[in-house]
Parts: sequence; structure tokens; C-alpha cells
Amino acid sequence: MRQLDVKDRIMKELDETLAPASRAVAADIIAPEPTPTEEAIRPPAEPALFRLRDLGVWYGSKHAVSEINLDIPLNRVTALIGPSGCGKSTMLRCLNRMNDLIPAARVEGRVEYHGANIYDRSVDPVEVRRRIGMVFQKPNPFPKSIYDNVAFGARVNGIKGNMDEIVESALRRAALWEEVKGELRKSGLALSGGQQQRLCIARALAVQPDVILMDEPCSALDPIATLMIEDLIRELVQNYTIIIVTHNMQQAARVSDYTAFMLAAEHGVNGRLVEYGPTTEIFTNPREKRTEDYITGRFG
Amino acid sequence: MSTQPVILKARGAVARRQLFSRFSRYMFLLATAIPVTILLVLTYDTVQTAWPRLDWGIISNYPSRHWDITGYRPGIVGSLWILGVTVFASFPVAIGTAIWIEEFAPKSRLLTIVKINLANLAGVPSIIYGILGLTIFVRFYEMERSILAAGFTLALMIIPMTVIASQEAIRQVPPSLRDGALALGATRWQAVRHNVLPNAIPGIMTGVILATSRAAGETAALIMIGGFTFIRFDPGPSPADIVNPSAFYDGLRESFTILPIQIYGDTINSQLDFRHAAAAGIIALMAGVMTLNLIAAVIRERFRRF
Repeated sequence: MRQLDVKDRIMKELDETLAPASRAVAADIIAPEPTPTEEAIRPPAEPALFRLRDLGVWYGSKHAVSEINLDIPLNRVTALIGPSGCGKSTMLRCLNRMNDLIPAARVEGRVEYHGANIYDRSVDPVEVRRRIGMVFQKPNPFPKSIYDNVAFGARVNGIKGNMDEIVESALRRAALWEEVKGELRKSGLALSGGQQQRLCIARALAVQPDVILMDEPCSALDPIATLMIEDLIRELVQNYTIIIVTHNMQQAARVSDYTAFMLAAEHGVNGRLVEYGPTTEIFTNPREKRTEDYITGRFG
Repeated sequence: MSTQPVILKARGAVARRQLFSRFSRYMFLLATAIPVTILLVLTYDTVQTAWPRLDWGIISNYPSRHWDITGYRPGIVGSLWILGVTVFASFPVAIGTAIWIEEFAPKSRLLTIVKINLANLAGVPSIIYGILGLTIFVRFYEMERSILAAGFTLALMIIPMTVIASQEAIRQVPPSLRDGALALGATRWQAVRHNVLPNAIPGIMTGVILATSRAAGETAALIMIGGFTFIRFDPGPSPADIVNPSAFYDGLRESFTILPIQIYGDTINSQLDFRHAAAAGIIALMAGVMTLNLIAAVIRERFRRF
């Protein structure tokens, strides 16, 4: 298990404490014209699983996200970072059509998954969500037993096979098996926050997806639980493509292979992609001044 | 260096606020005490009046000219059959409506109109439903003044309040459960069936039982339908008819009376002693309604395991 060094932790604490203040300042400092320069967007030289083309999302008359062009590589961790309201979560929820559930939301452009546009008329959102799992910000286990939580997805999708094995294998892959194997009949809500979040990951894995979307999966967890989830992410990426939204820059630096930085003109309006590339480059040698300001903590 | 000890005793504005806060506690206690006292006095009075007739005969005997042997058997049987019809006719429709409104309906102006109308319908006086039932079921569908017509009329009456209570219960289910299920590839129906409904059932049951209790005590609407009849037989199908659908249906077409109407009839009887019987009938009705509430409580607790 990798250890967070002390400096990292302090930085993280600081980040979280200062975030609201610096965000307020940021609103004054940056009047962004977030048209990305060509060189700031560097598509990975690896096979892409998702190709987003001119993706935009409207909430009613509000243009939440616009002109996103992004290639997300297979079996890598891609982090989406940016200040609150920049459209990271909105973009993430486009990838498994969870935005369909918001009545006023409208999506334009294309999201290609394995080359197929998931917003095509003939595509069934249920089929999309079965293949593209999601873990939410706040752990949301069902008020059922641990076993039933994990088995739920497999059951509703009619996955055949030995349910005990499916549950065990999912819990093992989510690094939760050793902690809960004796009490699978216990309520999922009786677990700690970090365990609940790993249960939610296990639940997603049991459906046999090939992508897992994570929407700030650690924001409700303590540092130890966060660390466990991060280790888990590194484990899982050998077999899954993971896209993670995070407010925590250190987390993005630690777990991701690629990082996309987004910025909105104002809160929740016109979120755009500012810079995208390998995480090491984004954090050591950002091409965009705004990226640099953000990751060095000058705003956001 | 000497410092003055801090005085932490409440003074001035703080003391005034505290006084007000302590006073408010007694105000709320009083607000609770008033209805409880009234209820206790009423119960005492009813039990005292009913005392000479607190025997099993009150529920097992047919009506009589003699107050000491009269009973409410036809009314009780009639009430039970009518409630049965009401439950079967109203709850599937009401809960289905609530699910549609909360889970499936596209948000539109039409939906808003439907919702507002449901709220209005819940506030319509029951006599209006009686007239409606008389027109539609008794006359138009030629059900005559039967158990079926009465049951459907009460169903109409309690559907709006059941829908509203169920909607409220469904809305209480955290959206994260629904989203969690949908994100796993569940269909809308699966999310509703496995995640929304099980968590909404305690609330739905509360609404359903309250509505049933209201239907059980309803008098005005059924006087319109013709429940004010003197009957010396058990209305509705006999137990043997349960295996025979057409006899069962014929049983439901019989005329009826109900417990509240029978009680009302006895309270206006010129022989004053009938009030003993009426009071005993009231206690029987209350016992029935309280049993319903108990069942609701048991169901609520059973579904709250996790």
C-alpha cells in the first residue's frame, strides 16, 4: 500500500480549507475566454474508448457545458478537474446517459463509445448504463443486505450463474471481501463510509461493466478510506477504464494517467475543456496559464 | 494581573429570549393537552353510556325493537364488504396513479393540472361523492343501491387522498437510491419495483389505512346511495359464495346498511334507551378502526427492517 507523505496530506487539507475563499477570488480574477489553444489539448496516443465530439449540455436555457472534444483512452484512469460549477460532473453523467434523468437536460454532439454514438436514436440507455457503471459522490448503498446490494445489478440484468460466486468475486475486486465475508446478511447501511463506497464499487463491478465513472468518490470519506479507494482505483484500471471527477488535485495527480482541466465562464455556464494531456505533463508543465494557476492553487 | 470573573448568568435580551423559549414549551404542552383531554372525556362518556350494552350481542345480534337485545350485525357485515370493495377498487388505481405521477409522467402543464385537481378532489365534501355515486353507479351503471355501488363510491372518495399520501411517500425515497439502481442498468420499472416501492411502502400504508379508516366511518355519502335501510339479514355474499363467482357477484348486488348509519339510526330512536346500544356500537366501530391502525403500524415496522 502506498503511503501519503505528510506534505501531501497537509497540502490536501490546505486545498480543501482554502477552496471556498480562492474560488470567490477566482471569480474576479479570471474572466476566462475558455477557447482552448490547439496544443493544450493533447489526445493520448493510445486506443480511445470514448470519443467526445462537440459535446454540449443544456439545462433548460442554460448552456452548462459546450464544445467538449475529448478522447478517453482504454484501461487508463482519466481525471476531470476544475473548480465547482465547471461542468465536470455534467460531462461525466453524459457518458452513461444519466443526464437523461434530469427533465430539463438536453445533450448535443456525439459521445462515441467503442465507435458507437451512445446518443443515437437506436441506443437504449439501460444497455449503456449496464456497460458503463457509476459510483456517486455520496455512498448510496441500497437499504438491503450487503449480499443483495452486490447481487442487485446482476439480478436486474438477468446475469446467470452462481450468484454467491458473482457476489464474492465483485467484493474481492472491490477489496471489501475480507472485511465483510462473515456478515453478508448485514445491512449495507451498517458499514462505514469508506466500506459503503467500496460496496458501491463492488455493486457496479458485479454487472460486468468495462467502464466505471466516479463522481468525486472520496469527497465524503476520511483520508484513510480515501487512500484505500485510490489504491483500489489503481488495481481496477488493469481491467477497467476509469474516469474520475475530483476536486482534490493531489488525488488527480496520484491516481490518474490523464487529466482534463475544465473551466466555466461563470458558475454552471459554458463549461469548457481548457487543457488535456498526460497527468505528469499537466502537473509539471502545463501549457495553459489558467491550468497552472489552478493547479498551483492560485485560484479554485 | 487580576481578571474579573466572567458573569455567565443570562441577563437582558438573552434572559428575555430564554423566558420566551421556556414559556413556549408550556404552550405546546397545552396544545397537546386540550385534544387529549377532550378525547378522554368523550371516551369515558361513551363507555359509561354503553355500559349496559357492552356484550357480544351488540355485534352478533340483528336489529330489534328492544334496546337490550338489538345488535349491529348487518351494519358490521355491510361495512366490511363495502370496505373490501373499496380497498380492491381504489388502492391499485391510487398507488398506480401516484407511481405514474412521481416516476414516469413527463413534467408538463397537464401534469400540474392533474396534481392540483387531485388536491382539490381530496377536499370535496363526501356528500358530493354520494351524489356522484348515485348518478354514475346506481343509475347509469344500474348497480342499484348495492354494496358494489357503495364500495365504488367510497373508492372514488378516497382515491385522491390515497394518491396524495402515496405521492408523498414516494417522494420521501432518496433520489440517490433510484439513481443508484438506474446506473446499474436497471430499467425504470425495476428501479421502482425494487428500490422505490419497498422504501415507500411504510408511508403508502399509512396513507392507505388512514383513507380506509375514513371510509369506514363515512355516513353521508352512503345515505345518498341508500344505506339507510332496515335489514335483518347479513348483506353481501355468504361465506359459501366465495367459490362461486356469479353467486358472489349477486351477493355484492344486495342492498346493505353500514355500521355508522345503523348507529345514527339508533341515536335518533324515540326510545331513549337505544342510546346505550348506539354507544356500544360506537365502541365496536372504534375498535375496528383501531385494529386497522394497528395493522398499518405492524406493516410499517416490518418494512423498516434495514
